[in-house]
Amino acid sequence: MLNKITIDDATVNERVYKLNLGPQHPSTHGVMHFILTLDGEVVISCEPNIGYSHRGHEKMAENRIYEQFLPNPPRMDYLSGLIFNYGYCQAVERLCGIEVPRRAEFIRVITSELNRLASHFIGAMDFVMGLGAYTPFIYGWDDREQILDLLEAVAGSRLPYSYGRFGGVRNDIDQAFCDGTRRFIDRLRKRLKDYHDLVTGNIIFIKRTQNVGVITKETALEFGVTGPTLRGSGIKYDVRKHEPYSIYPEFKFEIPTREEGDCLSRYLVRMAEMEQSLNIIEQALDRLPSGPIRAKVPRFVTPPAGECYFAFESARGAVGFYIVSDGSRIPYRIKVRAPSFSNLYVMTKICPGHFLADVIAIFGSIDVTVPEIDR
Amino acid sequence: MTELIQIIKDIYAFFGYDLTVGLVGLVVLLAFVPLNVVFMVWFEMKVAAHITLRPAFMRVGPHGILQNLADGIKMLGKDLITPKLADKFLFWIAPIVIFVPSFVGFVVIPFSPLMQIKDLNVGILLIFSFSSLTVFSILMAGWSSNNKYSLVGAVRSVAQNVAYEIPLLLSTMSVIIMTNSFRMSDIVAAQTPVWYILYQPIAALIFVISTTAECNRSPFDLVEAESELVSGFHTEYTGIRFGMFFMAEYTNMFIAASMATVLFLGGWHGPFLPGVIWFIIKVFFLIFIIYWIRWTFPRVRFDQLMNFAWKILIPISLLNLMITAIVLKVI
Repeated sequence: MLNKITIDDATVNERVYKLNLGPQHPSTHGVMHFILTLDGEVVISCEPNIGYSHRGHEKMAENRIYEQFLPNPPRMDYLSGLIFNYGYCQAVERLCGIEVPRRAEFIRVITSELNRLASHFIGAMDFVMGLGAYTPFIYGWDDREQILDLLEAVAGSRLPYSYGRFGGVRNDIDQAFCDGTRRFIDRLRKRLKDYHDLVTGNIIFIKRTQNVGVITKETALEFGVTGPTLRGSGIKYDVRKHEPYSIYPEFKFEIPTREEGDCLSRYLVRMAEMEQSLNIIEQALDRLPSGPIRAKVPRFVTPPAGECYFAFESARGAVGFYIVSDGSRIPYRIKVRAPSFSNLYVMTKICPGHFLADVIAIFGSIDVTVPEIDR
Repeated sequence: MTELIQIIKDIYAFFGYDLTVGLVGLVVLLAFVPLNVVFMVWFEMKVAAHITLRPAFMRVGPHGILQNLADGIKMLGKDLITPKLADKFLFWIAPIVIFVPSFVGFVVIPFSPLMQIKDLNVGILLIFSFSSLTVFSILMAGWSSNNKYSLVGAVRSVAQNVAYEIPLLLSTMSVIIMTNSFRMSDIVAAQTPVWYILYQPIAALIFVISTTAECNRSPFDLVEAESELVSGFHTEYTGIRFGMFFMAEYTNMFIAASMATVLFLGGWHGPFLPGVIWFIIKVFFLIFIIYWIRWTFPRVRFDQLMNFAWKILIPISLLNLMITAIVLKVI
């Protein structure tokens, strides 16, 4: 079946019109703005217009001490905030040479994988809602709610966590949390089957997503795409495996990939990653050591002059924190490499030739968070 | 005054109409249609909520049954905003035009042998011809709003309605040639031992699919696909004007379900209970199925929608019609 239309350049200029998709639009996940050039319903060009939720996080970092910047990274990617929070902590720890106790590392892995699950629920189910199915989305929120309840009990907040501290975490986890997490894992294993029954096998869903928005390997590498979007294009790259950090090398988990590179494969990769996250959490809970949860660090860290780059895998791809220190208590410069930004711009290449409805599907399947693009 | 009424009555009687029945019918309709919509919206919210494991609204009245009434009253008090560059006249008249076919459809629906305003000999045709007007209004609304989303929605609506009216009529025809009558009561009366759904299962399926598309319900709700076109053709409408479109959508759904009940589910026939209750039960069973589909499936894409109509539904319904005709001729 024809899924992409070849655009005939000779006649098209007379018929095109521009459509501003967003910034206020039901399915642009916040304030995303696309300037679409359309011929009827066929997209000729798609130009993302970013900056609507730019809040100057990087500039803010230059005016406050390292500890005061802790709440900011979770506000960049609000859906996987805990991972960002830990990423920043780990970057500063690498800069200062702080050794993190093993229990703290385990807690970090457990909670960040839970957070990744919560984020993937939104990612996958918001995509399905963009296609018009509302029910899986609500089911996704239901399961995510369980995760948020677990994380709330340990981290104290539900969305923009600042649970990580330099050299460890803020609170210890208790038996109730471990039991709750195990119960949740059992529940989710059953529920994932329901999602596959409800969504993945659906003929309309497959028709809408197969061969839509194909990102080839070359395009993916060209645009610096990372995360599930890259793995959906068949490239086996995950920062957790390839540039290991924290205690990830100690766990057994797969990197799910698919060769097709279309919306369906990105969705399936995301769903498969959820199962892998469950495996990691289970292994971490089994081997959870006792001990301190925070290294002895001074009240205010003062890193030596120098710079450090720390890469980690958020729910959306490889994030990099680049910190330049001039030896004072205030960072000289913090630069964040946001995966959503690179992932988003691949749309300019893959959208032309698709229908207007496909733009929504592609945007949903790439799964970006807008505040992370703008920072 | 009484003389005047008598004269009007006589004029109506001359053309074969009974004014009293007409007036009573009008009043009943004016009361029934909005209340029915209120109930249907409540019903949809409850079905949706239970499918998605929620209780839905529970505060206003028992199980929130008065919630939609309150919403409707709120809608009446809202500002009616007309976009600056809109075509004022078309923008104003479109919500009124969309409501006419829904009202007219009720005239011929036989709730029970006695509860029917007018048993026209072309009842089925009347509903079809008026329901075609709906697309006219959607086009007016989409064009006059001066909004690209509305326009895309309107253009989609025209193509969709034209495409899906054909299988709809073809599947109806296979019932009509079995009864040899367009009269609603004849069709119901013909189904005394066996409902037509058993003779014509394919036609019934095609009818339900096509009416789902005709009423712009999911998975064929491309006209107002909220994740693509914001609200489609009624993006720019506010207050009760939006409410009119909303009411028309639900009323059309009710009429479509009534038609399906008359054509395939034996109308008012049923044991023990009175006919009107059986009719309402069957209608709401069909409406429940439409809701169920809406809250389960994703939306199809526009080219897939058209392919489905032209390449699958129309050939099958033609074939079905042909086989029906041949079988009837042979028997």
